[in-house]
Amino acid sequence: MTTGGFSLGQPTPSVKATTIIAIAFEGGVVIGSDSRVSAGASVVNRVMNKLSPLHDKIYCALSGSAADAQTMAEIVNYQLDVHSIEVGEDPLVRSAATLVKNISYKYKEELSAHLIVAGWDRRAGGQVYVTLDGLLARQPFAIGGSGSSYIYGFVDAEYRQGMTKKDCQEFVVNALALAMNRDGSSGGVAYFVTIDKDGTDEKCILGNKLPTFFDE
Amino acid sequence: MLKCFTDNRFNTHGQRLTVHFDSPNLYGAVPEVSPAKGDPSSAHRPINTTTIMAVEFDGGVVIGADSRTTTGAYIANRVTDKLTKVHERIFCCRSGSAADTQAIAEAVSYQLGFHSIELDEPPLVQTAANLFKQMCYRYREELMAGIIVAGWDKRKGGQVYTVPMGGMLVRQPVSVGGSGSSYIYGFIDSNYKTGMTKEECLRFTADALALAMERDGSSGGVVRLAAITEAGLERSVILGNQLPSFSA
Repeated sequence: MTTGGFSLGQPTPSVKATTIIAIAFEGGVVIGSDSRVSAGASVVNRVMNKLSPLHDKIYCALSGSAADAQTMAEIVNYQLDVHSIEVGEDPLVRSAATLVKNISYKYKEELSAHLIVAGWDRRAGGQVYVTLDGLLARQPFAIGGSGSSYIYGFVDAEYRQGMTKKDCQEFVVNALALAMNRDGSSGGVAYFVTIDKDGTDEKCILGNKLPTFFDE
Repeated sequence: MLKCFTDNRFNTHGQRLTVHFDSPNLYGAVPEVSPAKGDPSSAHRPINTTTIMAVEFDGGVVIGADSRTTTGAYIANRVTDKLTKVHERIFCCRSGSAADTQAIAEAVSYQLGFHSIELDEPPLVQTAANLFKQMCYRYREELMAGIIVAGWDKRKGGQVYTVPMGGMLVRQPVSVGGSGSSYIYGFIDSNYKTGMTKEECLRFTADALALAMERDGSSGGVVRLAAITEAGLERSVILGNQLPSFSA
């Protein structure tokens, strides 16, 4: 795709090669990602935090084209700030997800990014929304990015209803570690954020501290 | 570029099969009465886009596969048997083009039978795996075949060798293949343990295949399992409504 009459000869930075995951529990959510940004075969950033705050208790996880995803997150961050001032209280997670969906859908031909929106609000507690291709759907958990293909079986088998906060954190870290092992385009460190009524807690697990499996 | 040759075999309707190649990714056999030659949209070749799996345990191997064969969007066979015997204690799991893998398995089965008569003892699994590899590597441009070879022999017990597309050969304690395999790498990595018993391996294989069939549109039907040990072969089938289910 060319813009302005010239074309970029080299591949553009992309976080599509990525693994993102979010899971809701009673009273909050855990959202996590790997940290690799690649441009073709080169890793241009090996410690990128793909979990972007949209508001105090609402985060989104970025995948797809790095530029598109970051810009969408920034725009929605601004729109949410305006919205929360207008209504005079913290915005709903569903509002944030709807704003992301509106951009995804309106510019679906031009943009190539998928954001998973997750957070906590007073009305509905912990929620996870997917906005792929401009749809909006709430799910108990969601995975995305190229690395997610390898962990569909794992998350289907491991997810149970009624998991606690700690269970969810382990679930996210295990899922990220498994995907990062198998997907050449995911790697680095694992970031995860736990959001509940008391606040947000950001954590980073370094590569050598990630869970290991039978062949390591 | 269109190349074709006639394969002297017949499909189940008694029609002579002609193999057409018109793109690097579409292979298979179509009846000679198919649409005009050179029609690039004749993508209706039987394909086993599938999920196959094999696990070693002490004393043998467990192999498993789904049962779906598709030609385009139509499921040509919903009860396919993708676990093919190449010798008494050596089986292969087939994925990719149905025609290619059947032809390769028949050729290897013949070669193994001959070799076993010469040797006057059962062939080694490694021998069978190498025969598959030689054929898949030599004809790598023409074939679309991902094969897992598994069996038992006296020298090394239960062994699993994988020969993916391209024709490499490597032995692994557990191996998965086919389009549905992508979805279960995470499950396999986290749930496989060394030292599992035959029953644990059967349960592990059935769970993994059920998960893959749930997510992969090209895999489905029933789960066919086989356990190969020194004592012999035990085949079983898990019907669709008896598959393990997961809360998601």
